[in-house]
Amino acid sequence: MADNKYLVGVFDDEDEVLHAVGEVRHSGVKIHEVYTPFAIHGLDRALGYDRPRMGIAAFLFGITGTCCALLLTFWTMGIDWPINVGGKNFFPWPTNVPILFELTVLLASFGMSFTFFVMEGMGPTAKPIIFDVRSTDDKFIMAIDLSKNKLSEGEITDILKDSGASEVNVKEV
Amino acid sequence: MHVVSPIREKLVLNGKSYHDITEDICKQVEGKPTKEWKIVFAISVLVLLYGTAWVCWTWWEGLGVWGLNKTVGWAWDITNFVWWVGIGHAGTLISAVLLLFRQKWRTSINRAAEAMTIFAVICAASFIVMHMGRPWLAYFALPLPNTFGSLWVNFNSPLVWDVFAISTYFSVSCLFWYIGMIPDLATIRDRATGIRKKVYGALAIGWTGGAKSWARYEDVSLILAGLSTPLVLSVHTIVSFDFATSVIPGWHTTIFPPYFVAGAIFSGFAMVQNLMLVTRVVYKLEDYVTLDHISLMNKIITLTGSVVGIAYITEFFIAAYSGVEYEKYAFINRATGPLWWSYAAMMTCNVLSPQLFWFEKIRRNIVVSFVMAVVVNIGMWFERFVIIVTSLHRDYLPSSWTYFTPRLGDISDYIFSFGFFFTAFFLFAKFLPVINMAEVKSVLKSSSEKYPEKVKKKA
Repeated sequence: MADNKYLVGVFDDEDEVLHAVGEVRHSGVKIHEVYTPFAIHGLDRALGYDRPRMGIAAFLFGITGTCCALLLTFWTMGIDWPINVGGKNFFPWPTNVPILFELTVLLASFGMSFTFFVMEGMGPTAKPIIFDVRSTDDKFIMAIDLSKNKLSEGEITDILKDSGASEVNVKEV
Repeated sequence: MHVVSPIREKLVLNGKSYHDITEDICKQVEGKPTKEWKIVFAISVLVLLYGTAWVCWTWWEGLGVWGLNKTVGWAWDITNFVWWVGIGHAGTLISAVLLLFRQKWRTSINRAAEAMTIFAVICAASFIVMHMGRPWLAYFALPLPNTFGSLWVNFNSPLVWDVFAISTYFSVSCLFWYIGMIPDLATIRDRATGIRKKVYGALAIGWTGGAKSWARYEDVSLILAGLSTPLVLSVHTIVSFDFATSVIPGWHTTIFPPYFVAGAIFSGFAMVQNLMLVTRVVYKLEDYVTLDHISLMNKIITLTGSVVGIAYITEFFIAAYSGVEYEKYAFINRATGPLWWSYAAMMTCNVLSPQLFWFEKIRRNIVVSFVMAVVVNIGMWFERFVIIVTSLHRDYLPSSWTYFTPRLGDISDYIFSFGFFFTAFFLFAKFLPVINMAEVKSVLKSSSEKYPEKVKKKA
């Protein structure tokens, strides 16, 4: 990884950091990312991110599950080895609903979750960049990539302090 | 800004800060096991060993070690199976359904409840495998092509639906539990050093808590909750189909799916109540699992207890109204036949006893809540016993009527499941965070004693 210099603003409160994101962006500073110990509603919108679209993955995997289940039940019961159960239809639709449902849910959940892991680059061997270890405890961390900002280090530090940061540190990654 | 109604119950007491939450929960994981933990863990392991020996004997000797006979072909095995699956349902209910309903009080109990779900489902599955008698042939239940020609499983059978339902439920519950734990595992990783940092770091799979990750994470959690809710309802519905789609009087009823689901929530909440009441004392979590939590759980227990009560009465009415001789007899025999005592135990424990919770004093009493939760689970075990055994022991042919008496094998195999359940739960409670720190932190401002005052001052 390139030797990038980051400014790390530390905030003590969730509402302060939410407010600060607006102020910092308004002063023309590009924020690398904000790290928080828990989900803060509205933070992604304040940072200008698109709405997450994990539902699309869930739907696509889910419909795959439904199709697989249909194929499995229809082919085994109707074609490969039809069983005569009391002279009933070889492929009665209603009795296959449970299998269709379960496989839909199974594939949708696992497919979506693994899509999430892949999108986030997550895995047991992942080496995440942690700007401040307190960001998983009680601090709200705003990381700013200096190489991607026109303003100087001093100016950004002032902006961060003005918007409520309790400390501003420098971190090289 | 947060607007909090002053009449809202406080979910986190004693002015805890974000850091206090991290400390309180992580210290259980980071510290050396306490003496109390060692004692209870040792007891559970001994119980597990005793049970395992008996399970091995059951497999070696065959189902003759149970008290089954040719009329009563299902008894404690399936009773235990349905009982454990039912208990498991509360975990998903607390974490998924209460998430969809935006119930903030779920945050401090959902982790332990989900762990309980997973262990309970394993216990349930162990009885399914055991009752096969030849567990090495368990793969016959899977849709695998076999060497004798491609004869497949019968997808019309509720027993096959059960295989799919339980295994899907188990895997999705594990996934939901794990995903919920990732941020907390990262918290432990960031505090740890050495080997612990490596292990928890691998488990946290590189979580950083970035805003983008959180947004996606919340989306994933919400959709998983949305998927788990119909899933949990489907699982117990399908379990009830095992009975309802048969033509045995007493089993062949359309009320079974909702009635089983209500019963599952009922017994599961009781088990969560038991586990949380012990955990909060042993781990000193009284500020997170408060009397309000206990009272809310008791309210759900009363509601679901009343639902199953109505179901019992409806069953009786429908049996009378149906005009079917056999159906009528099955129910009269249930209440007044030789197994009347099990019916009486079920009615008292499930329908009458939870009504005590209408009194607030009782609802907020810890000792009574604990005892009541045990009583409810005894009652729910008897409910399944009543449904299974009283419907079977007097069948269509009076010459084969019989009685069911459990043998040591039935009892010991049941004890095995307790040994496993508690061993697994204590291991979880030692090595993983028992309370969802990230979620409790997220409701701290709106629901703790301390923060509303702080916000007021600023305004």
